[in-house]
Parts: sequence; structure tokens; C-alpha cells
Amino acid sequence: MTAAIRPSISACPACVAAPGAQALAEQGLHKDARIALSLPTIHCSACISTVERSLAAVPGVKSARVNLTLKRATIEAEVGVTPDQLVTLLRQTGYEAHELDAGTLSLTQNDKVGRDLLMRMAVSGFAMMNVMLLSVAVWSGATDATRDLFHWISAAIALPTLAFSGVPFYKSAWSALRVRRSNMDVPIVTALLLAVVASIWETALSGHHAYFDAAVALVFFLLTGRYLDHRTRAIARSAAQELSALEVPRATALRDGAEVVMPVADLRIGDLILVRPGGRMPVDGVITEGRSEIDRSLLTGETLPVFAEPGRPVSAGEVNLTGPLTIRATAVGRETSLHRMADLVAIAESGRSRYTSLADSTAKYYTPGVLFLSVASFIGWYLYSADMRTALNIAAAVLIITCPCALGLAVPAVTTAASGKLFRRGMLIKDATALERLAKVDTVVFDKTGTLTAGTPELVNLSDHSPRDLAIALALAEGSSHPLSVSLAAAARAAGIAPAPITELTEVPGYGTKGLWQGQPVRLGRASWTGAVPGAETAAWLAIGTETPRAFTFTDRLRPGAAEAVRNLMAKGIRVLLISGDSAAVVEALARRLGIPEWLAESLPAEKAARITALQDEGRHVLMVGDGLNDTAALTAANVSISPASALDAARVASDIVLLGSDLSPIADAVTTAQSAVRRIRENFNIATLYNVIAVPIAIAGFATPLVAALAMSSSSITVALNAIRLK
Amino acid sequence: MEVLSYLIPISLLLGGVGLVAFIYTVRTNQYDDPEGDARRILNDDWDDHPKP
Repeated sequence: MTAAIRPSISACPACVAAPGAQALAEQGLHKDARIALSLPTIHCSACISTVERSLAAVPGVKSARVNLTLKRATIEAEVGVTPDQLVTLLRQTGYEAHELDAGTLSLTQNDKVGRDLLMRMAVSGFAMMNVMLLSVAVWSGATDATRDLFHWISAAIALPTLAFSGVPFYKSAWSALRVRRSNMDVPIVTALLLAVVASIWETALSGHHAYFDAAVALVFFLLTGRYLDHRTRAIARSAAQELSALEVPRATALRDGAEVVMPVADLRIGDLILVRPGGRMPVDGVITEGRSEIDRSLLTGETLPVFAEPGRPVSAGEVNLTGPLTIRATAVGRETSLHRMADLVAIAESGRSRYTSLADSTAKYYTPGVLFLSVASFIGWYLYSADMRTALNIAAAVLIITCPCALGLAVPAVTTAASGKLFRRGMLIKDATALERLAKVDTVVFDKTGTLTAGTPELVNLSDHSPRDLAIALALAEGSSHPLSVSLAAAARAAGIAPAPITELTEVPGYGTKGLWQGQPVRLGRASWTGAVPGAETAAWLAIGTETPRAFTFTDRLRPGAAEAVRNLMAKGIRVLLISGDSAAVVEALARRLGIPEWLAESLPAEKAARITALQDEGRHVLMVGDGLNDTAALTAANVSISPASALDAARVASDIVLLGSDLSPIADAVTTAQSAVRRIRENFNIATLYNVIAVPIAIAGFATPLVAALAMSSSSITVALNAIRLK
Repeated sequence: MEVLSYLIPISLLLGGVGLVAFIYTVRTNQYDDPEGDARRILNDDWDDHPKP
């Protein structure tokens, strides 16, 4: 592939001029050679062939392959082909397409761990079936030389299988033992080793019982549990990574008067960067040119946009609203305020690191108990019969029968079922223990801007204005793409207003729009620009000639399901709090509207985290729901955290669960699902214990045969799996 | 019982063929897009002549 691309390097004139640029171009080449597009709307075989055919028809595209499961297209193309060009092409064919950052995606491209587990599981499954086939012959009465032959063949299959498939358990047990701790894998590995040693010994002396089938079946069942567990999280992780990959880290810089699109990582201090309306500041800087308004809600939680003019400093992460801005970079990469805020997260003690999972806390009692039983029965039988072989055989039987086959499946089977259920409702569970922590929640802290509210304004006082004013306001509003104008225009149109005829309509970025109506100057925009006194509410002012300016007031639109989520959580007896960085009046109004009794306004990021820690000190289990950079420290400090898909990347990374849709109502259901999942996990532990209570005395008494072990193991595993499915 | 000396190697061989086939499918990324592959059967793009 590289050889095919090389000629095109020398074809690039700039590279010939500057030989040093060759390495750089090559780097860029490899990055550009693979383009990934997200195609959220594809769903059928016709979609696949249409997309692939239209992409392959583009000159320069070498191959295009659609993955319907991931709803993604991967394109191998020459340097000249830009993602934008392909996105536009697909839009024309009728498919929504978004560029994905190939660098972010490559992390999930090859799921090495999953593939490795699948391979080990397949090998142990194959071996289990073959060994079981031979074992059934032994159980149904094969004797003497035939039995010995079957045992030897079983050993020949089982030993290499255990050596290959058991590796994850050996590794995990070894890493636990090395730091003088114990986990679930220690008794598993002990059981495997003991079973193999005892069985080979028995076979060599042509004994009746060999546990090769049990050892291989144990490995197979446990690997199934591990694989299920891994798969659930891999799906969530790749979906979460796709969200991050949708934000391609690229900026338009002005170098020697020419616009150059380059990766954000390559920006230097002093670079002039062009930020278009709707774009996000890639770095910290100072405005050198242009006037606009800036939305800082993701950083501070304020809903009111801030006026921007040359000389004003801006921080990475702020969104430019109206006019194009040119900024001079003052801090890049790790030095930006965005990253400094992220350092706060590192300081905040993570709520999840303090949590011990149910499986671990069970293993803490289980492991020593099992090992004690096994050693005790070995010593007991040795003293009683003075026969090492019998004693070892019984110790092996005890370990195999008590071995946590069902315990190994108890947690992953339930979390797989629960995560699948929540995924269909639009929730991604990113962390393995998130469900267990969510089940304990008794306090929920909501952020305001972008979480409970959608971040889009909604006109409140439409009915206060005369049709004439509305017609003028509509005409002026339609001349701008400012969020307030868009909202005002939509509301007026919905009320059946037609725009008034206005001439010389111009937008003044950062201030508003103005024009001439029946010879009089009219303006719609900021209070100071229209000659009004600014109030506390978000408002756009309309000035007609010399008349007193009229205010169009806005409130932040509630996110769908916000009221329902708050109501359902309170109905479950959960304490709900609202903590925001916005001004007190706005926060209080929203708290009243949703019926949230406790609220806190004008909180700094560190104060939010501190409030959560204070709640935890009261013995509360806190769920934090937030989306902004100012929430990340709080999201980390909370016992469990949720962020919406629209949240800033840093917030999504800090949280355990990501809400994919815009609807908040699944939050209350998620708590219910988590609680019932934990109930099922406990039931599963009880089922596994019950089997042990029945089977262990039989094993200690020396009545256990490989057949009994196989029956106990399979039936307990199947019961546990069935109980988990009941969750749906 | 001599038949066992044929049947056991045969059963192991058949199982082994299945295992090797499975490992081949995993190595060649055949489980990356199960949904898409199921739909591609219905695709009639290359019905008349094979893909060049």
C-alpha cells in the first residue's frame, strides 16, 4: 500500500520544494489515507450498496466498505480526497453523514482483548465437547483398557486446552498473589491444577475417576462469563468513542495570510486562528478581529451570552455565536484553561475508586472458605485412611464442586442483560461496577445549563406584544443566526405572524440586527445597543424609531423528560438537588418550575465537587448528572455520574454512564433497573451458595463422582444464567 | 471394539477441522459486521458476473 502511495508524494509540489516536508507529508498521508464516516441513518442492504457505489465512484477513492453494525463507512483514499467532499456527496444521495476522527477511532478498531477471549473460549468449548463425549462413555460403563484409553485421550485434549485457555485466570491469580492478596481466580486456578494432578495420577494407576471434563467445562463457563462481560463494555466503549470521534480536532489558522486547516495539536502560541460562528475555541487566546457574542455555558454554566470584541480574552471550549472572530493563541494544548480545569478532576478523589464490587467482596469471604474446606478434607481423609491418593482425590472433588462456576457467571450474566436493556433505552454503561453503584443512589445532583435545560432559548412573552411589533421583530430576527433570533423567529412563525417589509437589513455581529421600516430605523438586539436598561433575564430588545424599547424575554428550554425524571426520582424517595454556576434568579426560577426543593447558584467547579463530598460525608450515595467542563470535578467526585451525549468530551470521559438521546426520563428507570439488577446478582449468589450447601457435604463425604460434579456445575450455571435473563 | 481406533481419530479430526475453520473466521474479521453481512446476501450487485 505504501509503495502505491509513494509516487503521489513527489507529485506534491510543496514537498519537492522542501525536502524536510517529506516526512511531514508522509505522516499526513497515513492519517488522510483512511477516512471514517458515521452514517446514523443507514439500515438496509440497499443503503449499503448505494453508499458503497457512490463512494467508490469518487476519483481517488480506492475502496469503501460499510459496516452496518457500527453504522460506519471506512474509506481508503488518496491524499486529495477530503472528508467534507464525501460527506456532501452522501448528503446529496440522501444519507446523513458525519466525519469521524480516525485517530480517536483507531483505539477501538481492533478489539484485541475481545478476540483473544473469544479464541480461548472457542478452544475450550471444542475441548469440552470432545472430552465430555469420552466421559459419557466412561460414565455409561466403559471399563479397563477402554476407560484408561479414554482417560488418556481426554488428558491429551485437556492439558493443552487448559494451558492455552486458562491463561487469563493464571495471570489474574498470579497478579493477585504477587501482592499477597486473593481474588476469585485463586481458587479457580487451584482447582484446575489440583484436578489435573489428581486426574493424571488416577489415570496412570488406571483409577475410576478423572476430572478432565470438569476442569475444561469450568474454564469454558468462566470464559463465557468473561467474554459476555467484556463484550458489553466493548460495545459501550466503542459507542462512547464514536461520540468523541465526532468532534474532529481541527482548526483554521491564518499563516502568511492564507487559511490553513490543521490539527489542533499543531497550533502554536501566537498563531492567528479563525473561529466561525457556531465554532468552538480550540485554544485560549485574545480576540484580535471581529465582534460577536460568546456562549460560555459549557465552562461556567451561565446562559447569557457574553459580548466579544477585540482585546477580550477567550478560553478554549467557548462557542462563538454570531460573527467570525480571529483570535491570537495565548495558550495551547495542556496549558489551556480547558486542561487546567481537567486537572481539577485529577485532584478530586474519585467516587468509583473507593467502591468494592459485589464480586470482589464476595470473593473475599469465599476464597479462604473454599481453600479451607479443601485443605481440611484432605487432612481429614489422610488421617482417616492414610492414603494420599484418596485424600488428594477428595480434595480435588471438593474444590471442583465448590468452584465458583456459577459465581463467575452471576455478575456478568446480569450486567449483560441490564446493560443491554439500558442500551436500548439510550444509555451507555461505560464502567463495570456503575450499575451496582447506581443501585445504591439516594441523592441526585443535577447541573442546570445543558443538563436539565437544553441550552436553547424559548420565548416567554409572545402574547405581550402587538402584531405590528412581532412582524417587525420577526423580519429582523430572520436576518441573524443568533440562537435568540432563531428562537424568536420560530415562535413568531408558529403564531402565524408574517414578517414586516424591512429595507437595509444588516446584522451587526455582537449587537443585533437593524434596518429601516416605513422610514424609521428599527433595531433588535442587546439592551445597551437599543437604548434599554438591561434586566436580569435573557432578553432581546426591539427599538422602533424613538419609541421605548420592548423586551422579548427568553427562558432556557427544558430538556425533554427533565420534569418527568425529577418527578419520578422524588417519587422514589430520592433527594434531588440543583447546583449551577448560573445566577441565583435563573436557578431559583428553574428549581420552582421543576419542584426541586434544594438549589445552589453561582457555584464554582471546586464548590460543586465540595458540596458532593459534603453530601457523601453525611453518608449519602450521590449521583451527579452534568454536562459542562465546570461539572467534571463533581462528576468524578460523585459515587456515580451520568452525562448527556451533548456534553463536552471531558465531562463524558469523567462520567460512568452516557445518555445517548436528548431525553432525560431514562435516568429514573435506570435507577430502577440497576436496583433490580443488583437484586438478581444477590439471588444468583444465593443460588450458587445453595448448590454448594447441598454438594459440598457429598464431596467431603467422598461420594462425589465426576458425573455429580459435571451435573452440579452445569445446572448451577444454567440456573444463574436463566435468572439473569428474567431481568427483562 | 476395534472400530474405536477409527472412530475416535475421525471424531477428533472433524472437531479439529471445525476449530480451525472458526479460528480462520475470527482472524479474517468475519465477526466485525454480522448485521451488514446478513444484509449483503440480498444485494444483487454482482449477480451477473463476479466482482472484478
